[in-house]
Amino acid sequence: MACKGLQEGETVASLKKESESLKKKLDEERGKLSDIELNQVAEKVEVLGPLCIKTRRVLKGHGNKVLCMDWCKDKRRLVSSSQDGKVIVWDAFTLNKEHAVSLPCTWVLTCAYAPSGCAVACGGLDNKCSVFPLSLDKNENLSAKKKSVAMHTNYVSGCTFTSSDMQGCDKKANVWDMRSGQNVQSFETHESDINCVKYYPSGDAFASASDDATCRFYDLRADREVAIYQKDSIIFGASTVDFSLSGRLLFAGYNDYTINLWDTLKGTRVSVLFGHENRVSRVRVSPDGTALCSASWDNTLRIWS
Amino acid sequence: MTINTLAKGGWDREQMACFRKMEKVIVAMQDPDMGMKMRNQRLLITVIPHAMTGRDMIAWLIKKYSICEEEAVHLSGMLVRYGYIYPLKEPRSLVLRPDESPYRFQTPYFWTSTRWPASELDYAIYLAKKNIRKQGELMEYEKERYSLLHKRINHTWDFVVMQAREQLRASKQRRKADRIVLECQEQAYWLINRPPPGAHNVLDMGLERPNNFSARVTLVSDIITFIYIETCRRALGRNRVKSSICLEGFVKYSEQYQNHDPIMQGCLPSNPWISDDTAHWTMSSEIVPTPTRLRVERWSFSFMELLKDIMGMREFMLYLEKEFSAENLCFWQACEDIRHGESSRILEKVEDIYKNFLAPGAARWVNIDSKTMDKTLQGLRHPHRFVMDDAQMHIYFLMKKDSYPRYLKSDLYKNMLAKAIVPQETKKSVFPFMRRQRHSSPSPAQAVIQVTEEDGHAKGAGRAGTNSAAGSHV
Repeated sequence: MACKGLQEGETVASLKKESESLKKKLDEERGKLSDIELNQVAEKVEVLGPLCIKTRRVLKGHGNKVLCMDWCKDKRRLVSSSQDGKVIVWDAFTLNKEHAVSLPCTWVLTCAYAPSGCAVACGGLDNKCSVFPLSLDKNENLSAKKKSVAMHTNYVSGCTFTSSDMQGCDKKANVWDMRSGQNVQSFETHESDINCVKYYPSGDAFASASDDATCRFYDLRADREVAIYQKDSIIFGASTVDFSLSGRLLFAGYNDYTINLWDTLKGTRVSVLFGHENRVSRVRVSPDGTALCSASWDNTLRIWS
Repeated sequence: MTINTLAKGGWDREQMACFRKMEKVIVAMQDPDMGMKMRNQRLLITVIPHAMTGRDMIAWLIKKYSICEEEAVHLSGMLVRYGYIYPLKEPRSLVLRPDESPYRFQTPYFWTSTRWPASELDYAIYLAKKNIRKQGELMEYEKERYSLLHKRINHTWDFVVMQAREQLRASKQRRKADRIVLECQEQAYWLINRPPPGAHNVLDMGLERPNNFSARVTLVSDIITFIYIETCRRALGRNRVKSSICLEGFVKYSEQYQNHDPIMQGCLPSNPWISDDTAHWTMSSEIVPTPTRLRVERWSFSFMELLKDIMGMREFMLYLEKEFSAENLCFWQACEDIRHGESSRILEKVEDIYKNFLAPGAARWVNIDSKTMDKTLQGLRHPHRFVMDDAQMHIYFLMKKDSYPRYLKSDLYKNMLAKAIVPQETKKSVFPFMRRQRHSSPSPAQAVIQVTEEDGHAKGAGRAGTNSAAGSHV
């Protein structure tokens, strides 16, 4: 990142002024092309019928808060990581635990399943991102085979196998070009820290979950926020979001232990899922869209369908 | 009250915002006009004024927020968990009972947000009071904590005991009803701020988030402003699309994929998670003799959908071979392999691509415009993961605009669609309690091991062959 010094005549104050006037101009430009709102466009779409979504599996086995999970491409396996320092690979369909690795640190904040299905990556308070090959030899000590892939200066909070192009940073959501390393787009409409961002299936938009108890939908081509998902009765922050396969449903996990389902297009809430007994830390729809997995601070994972 | 000196971090912001919102609800509940109706509650022989039942709260929340009963129960449950409302019956169990159990509003003095985080000194005073009142009969965990505190803040212990005695003396001068109320309130406060071991800790905030307000504030804010200005300038130069067009895009996309969204429309023959039958997965595996109709339909949604599906790509390759333009797809696949493959093999793969597809007279030469070709050849001097991007993009669009639409109109595709299966929907089991056996599936990791074993065997056989040949020579 290039850092120029202050130019002749520039002061911090004049910089601030310039940045503010640019922001205003940007908002104006964005406003010029916003000729209609999402819920207006969605008026002609049929209202969603009542959805019967229930817990179909409860994965018990972690000794402490489950912080993260990721699905395997085979649509039934998943990996989860926990504050107890363990990373577990489950066949969620049969509830079998297939692999369990103990990391030397607690707070394994993130984990990801390799697209090949042959390895998992995880990271956390050890400031490292480690990759473990999944061996089927029961006697093999997986920890011995781990490979450290990256070292960071602070704890690792997220890792995925395909590069993540997005980042929620304070109240701003930034879109980055991986190749040039540049911040391509920036959105700042949340009133509090953003906890999670996820692309819409077509890649033209994304949703964010924030401590301000709202989730928002941003259109990348129109370059603006196009929907806010909020309700008076929802007081606690949202920590995680994911879309259903068609993008019509938005699942959001909250700090009040619930999962709310939103109609992405109409902006209304379709349903609430109760069941967890502590914060929901992560929700992820399975690769073929047949189920939703939620990880929670109540030490369990639930599969909903 | 004592001053606490703990630093406030990111989760402090988050939690305080939540507290404020809950407090708004509490205040609204107590509004003289629109709030809840209160009544006097009988607790053993004492009458406690200004109380309400769980049922009252739920009814009020349903009306105020237009929510269903389950949600109202949950929301009022949270208010109790966070100590804004406490139960009069079974005061140690901070749970909302949706019946006639009496509850009371916590006084703002004892709101968690009022003095947060709770201080050790205050807790010591509370335990000391309890210790005196109950003549040493504290709960086990309270005894442990009391002695720990005694060690930790021994230097102010006289003050602690003095305060405890003073507060007890003052409370003796109150009316019995008030005294009971104060004890309930104080107990509720400490149940939340110092939960018993094993109890749910609502104030658990998890890992502290890195605080942005670090010591190097001025330096960091300059850089941030610079970056922001650059981003804004770039953003102003951006081509934006009219909202009506973009938003229409989402409606179309969701409509197109609606039938493919199992959570919304179900899936055939049944959703494995619901019926315990994995037929759906078997029919949709990567390679099947006959794909499902939905899957073949998806190939027509976009070029990317076709390429993402291994069978789709195979079919498309067959079509291109008929048209003698298969080298385009092969080139595209080779470029993908570089983008997603191991760093160590990038050089070797780039050279292969050049030899096979780009060099003049190459066996499978691809038709790229001269500008892109020049740029790519330049890039080949310093190959990296994305060096083929422009060329790959060019060929991608070529196929997308030309071959792909023709493929969709071709007999090859139409036949595929015609013979694709539409699975029968499995009717819900007549005996819902009979659970099917859930079968395991081979782990993806196993598939790789099998391949390596096979390789090993082949290698072994080869070696044996040469050995024997060598042997015979001798």
